Amino acid sequence: MTQATSKTWVDVKSGRRNAIPEGLWMRCPGSDCGQMIYKRHVEANLHVCPECGHHFRVGAVERVAQLADEGSFVEMFGHLVPGDPLGFEDLRRYTDRLAGEQLKTGRHDAVMAGEAFIKGRQAMLCCLDLSFMMGSMGSVVGEVITRTIERAIERRLPLVIVSGSGGARMQESGLSLMQMAKTSAALARLDDAGGLFISVLTDPTTGGVTASFAMLGDIIIAEPGALIGFAGPRVIQQTIRQELPDGFQRSEFLLDAGLIDRVVPRKDLRTEIARFIDYGG
Amino acid sequence: MSGFYQLDFEKDVRALEQRLAEARRELEALRKRAHDRGGGQPSPFPALDEQDEDPADARSLERTIDRLEQERERTIREVYADLDPWQVVRVARHPDRPQTRDYIAMICRDFCELHGDRRFGDDPAIVTGLARLGPHKVMVVGHQKGRTTQEKLACHFGCAHPEGYRKALLKMRLAEKMGIPIVTLVDTPGAYPGIGAEQRGQAEAIAVNLREMSRIRVPIVSVIIGEGGSGGALGIAVANRVAMMRYAWYSVISPEGCAAILWKQANEQTNQAAAKALKLSATDNLNLGIIDAIIDEPLGGAHRDPAQAGRALETWISEQIEALGSLSPDELVEDRYRRFRRLGSVVEQTPAASEQGVEAGMAGGSQA
Repeated sequence: MTQATSKTWVDVKSGRRNAIPEGLWMRCPGSDCGQMIYKRHVEANLHVCPECGHHFRVGAVERVAQLADEGSFVEMFGHLVPGDPLGFEDLRRYTDRLAGEQLKTGRHDAVMAGEAFIKGRQAMLCCLDLSFMMGSMGSVVGEVITRTIERAIERRLPLVIVSGSGGARMQESGLSLMQMAKTSAALARLDDAGGLFISVLTDPTTGGVTASFAMLGDIIIAEPGALIGFAGPRVIQQTIRQELPDGFQRSEFLLDAGLIDRVVPRKDLRTEIARFIDYGG
Repeated sequence: MSGFYQLDFEKDVRALEQRLAEARRELEALRKRAHDRGGGQPSPFPALDEQDEDPADARSLERTIDRLEQERERTIREVYADLDPWQVVRVARHPDRPQTRDYIAMICRDFCELHGDRRFGDDPAIVTGLARLGPHKVMVVGHQKGRTTQEKLACHFGCAHPEGYRKALLKMRLAEKMGIPIVTLVDTPGAYPGIGAEQRGQAEAIAVNLREMSRIRVPIVSVIIGEGGSGGALGIAVANRVAMMRYAWYSVISPEGCAAILWKQANEQTNQAAAKALKLSATDNLNLGIIDAIIDEPLGGAHRDPAQAGRALETWISEQIEALGSLSPDELVEDRYRRFRRLGSVVEQTPAASEQGVEAGMAGGSQA
């Protein structure tokens, strides 16, 4: 998986681009690491650097495979495909961009949702797909998340959403913006129905995704070192014209600020989610 | 009107306005001299008076003024009939455009401002308070950009901090308790991007507003009066009815932000292209179903005649509050949910047509 083709996300530090290069060996981009590591070892280690614990970005298919019990995931709403409501065109046409991403990932849009068992506990599971237009939220992503929430209410299942996204998708403009209200309103209904929502934040979660469902978890956990915020670091720097403090907008920073419950390494995610589901009864 | 702020596409209008002002000054001077003479005071400039004796001069000046006024009106009408989206954005940002506090002063009586989020502070970028609007008691919530330099800096040019959004929600909850409708006026380039804002949970504050506004049990009416920038705008705009003023804009990102990302640089040309691509005008938003109505502005924009803009705004808000008054609290929440639930452009592909037919038949029927 390469992320160099993504053009929708501004906040990637240049050093962090191409997080997963081709070849058998790669250099860990972790800030204090820089070791040459064997790619197969990284893959076997849930895409975490065996040397320093740097968490590589993973797409939705890989994420679902990591979280759900083997063979338990039943995908839903996969028949929803994006349109081009605005006839959007920048340097490329939105339809061309979509086609390219669909070809690259074999998926319709930047989301994968369904029913799954996590360590034997049944749940609705929804993962944003960083490998598809940087996990940006347009109408399809918003609709799939909303339907997943509604299904969680209907079937009285706990809800787990794993976010990794550059934010709302510019190519659907106002309609993308409206997905923030739509998903958040659906979460109000889940809350009214007493449903449990566990929100998992991964690197990166920014913009309209953070400012809607991602920060509305009853329990919010984040992978170590993930960039999580409303505005991107570059925009903030341009606005305030100051150096940003070390570790700004990383998971640990959010934990200190009281904005999330826990920082959980990838290897423990399944166990922790299952534990929360147990506590939720 | 601020002399220094000029929209380039209004060049012809400004030229006419200058000529008009000159003609008016001349006429004024003429009348004053005539009046002074009438008062029996000897003029120190008999030669000039001789010239001004002719009342035909005044009449011809009056005719010139009439003609110029007509021409000005026609030119404004022409210019504004066909504004491109980037021009609309610049009208929406006009420094003389009425802001939330201006509209409150124009359309509300007995405004009683309420401050503070009870947690961190009082963000001047969002104004909240109780007021009477026509026959209704309302809670007003609106972005304030600021008029003077000092006020602009305090308001961060209308970019609210988390405490602003939390203040807004606190006051909306109060309105819910009191059983009075909520009116929100949106005018922000976006929520503030800063260290403190992130530390105090900008994203969480907006997210909570979206969730909580969706289940508030009194009518909510929103109007985008100027700039409707992204989550910062939506954070107070989850309403039963949403309208835009004719020359407001509403979009997921500002044209400059979009241009910087998708066109790799923000300049006059790419900003223009981005503004067009984003479909951010009132008409586009109405066509996409994102807003329910457009409130007409006076000829040449709200900054030319704020009072008239205020009247149009008041009329629309009053009508909506009256119409929503017939709904029960449950119906109001349902109405708001449905309003946002249907938004989006999604194609439902039949499993047969799907090349990646990943849909698996579930007991619950997953083809929903």
